[in-house]
Amino acid sequence: MRYQDEYRHPAAVHATTAAIARAATRPWTLMEVCGGQTHAIVRHGLDQLLPPAVTLVHGPGCPVCVTPLELIDAAIAVAARPEVTLCSFGDMLRVPGSRRDLLQVKAEGGDVRVVYSPLDALALARRHPERAVVLFAVGFETTAPAVAMAIHQAATGGVANFSALISHVLVPPALEAILAAPGNRVQGFLAAGHVCTIMGTEEYVPLAARHRVPIVVTGFEPLDVLQGVLLCVRQLEEGRAEVENQYARSVRPAGNEAARAMIRRVFEVVPRAWRGLGEIPQSGLGLRPAYAAHDAVRRFGLAAAPVAEPAECISGLVLQGRRRPAECPAFGTRCTPERPLGAPMVSSEGTCAAYYRYRGGARAS
Amino acid sequence: MCLAVPGRLESIAGADPLAREGRVRFGGSVRRVNLAYVPEACVGDYVLVHVGFAIAVVDPAEAARTLTLLERLEEPEGEP
Repeated sequence: MRYQDEYRHPAAVHATTAAIARAATRPWTLMEVCGGQTHAIVRHGLDQLLPPAVTLVHGPGCPVCVTPLELIDAAIAVAARPEVTLCSFGDMLRVPGSRRDLLQVKAEGGDVRVVYSPLDALALARRHPERAVVLFAVGFETTAPAVAMAIHQAATGGVANFSALISHVLVPPALEAILAAPGNRVQGFLAAGHVCTIMGTEEYVPLAARHRVPIVVTGFEPLDVLQGVLLCVRQLEEGRAEVENQYARSVRPAGNEAARAMIRRVFEVVPRAWRGLGEIPQSGLGLRPAYAAHDAVRRFGLAAAPVAEPAECISGLVLQGRRRPAECPAFGTRCTPERPLGAPMVSSEGTCAAYYRYRGGARAS
Repeated sequence: MCLAVPGRLESIAGADPLAREGRVRFGGSVRRVNLAYVPEACVGDYVLVHVGFAIAVVDPAEAARTLTLLERLEEPEGEP
């Protein structure tokens, strides 16, 4: 398909990895913060094509994986109510809560649906005014405009039986938290191209300057990722710490202004807890008071009681790029995509799932 | 989650700016896509689609520029 196939050309892949090898004279550690990029890297073996000097670590780039256990429990509790139809993106259904997952609620008779778009959930609410339709809204900035539009249309169209359980997170505060953590070893970032398609590149400029860290906005095809690595390594070698845009075919400096305006209209910036990282100030989106009638937490009186993570799961360290999945004793044995201990093994974007699927985790079981 | 796929915009319908819709072709399949966030999109453009919304019009000039930079790497003597 156009704008995909041409960024997978083998000769160009070899030329780009050779250019990276020529550019890298010292060891450098780069982090990508997008599950789509993580999967592209592991699936195509891009990390194995890089020279030994360049190490890629995988950051908290999977929104499903960073959704706190408390919120998953809240979604499970609301889905179990007889009057509720819970709509979720498919990845979320098998993520374990503290006692069960959404698939089990569905098996026990709960009305749990997988939707492709937030507008599908809104359409369901319009067709079934007798049901309380709840959208489990998980995602980064990329997904926020779609959720905002569904909520805005529910409010203006008087769709009173539609609400959303919001678990929206923002990428730049997570980068800040990673850079500020003691023992941080990340020297450069590949920023997520689709997040920046919405938000633009400007909010990364002060981050790059303050922490002296190159940030290269990068696409998702193999050549995009490798070119992102090349630009990042060149900056590091030359002592530069700038925001560069590898994915200029979709990312404009100001982002998508219409989408940002809708985000601002519906959401306000709030503190959010990230699974594996803890609470990060100003790192999430919550509904503005004008849309409170469509807030599922308010409507159903959902209390987010803190719950303990499964002791054996090291997903917190995996999400921070401090451990690789294979370093977990449960990986591929007591934790598999069929019987996961933690979210990174479930989501199609989770780091553990990527290694299990493409690096022989199945053989280890 | 942030997966977005480029497809060709084949037709546009709807006057309400928040409900403007298009039919977008991805290889062999065609999907209805909300166009509220790409008011500039025209039939024939490639749009990047995420959870039923077009979030950008792919810029053909920038796409070509990226490929040109990559092609140049294939001739090491031409590299700066």
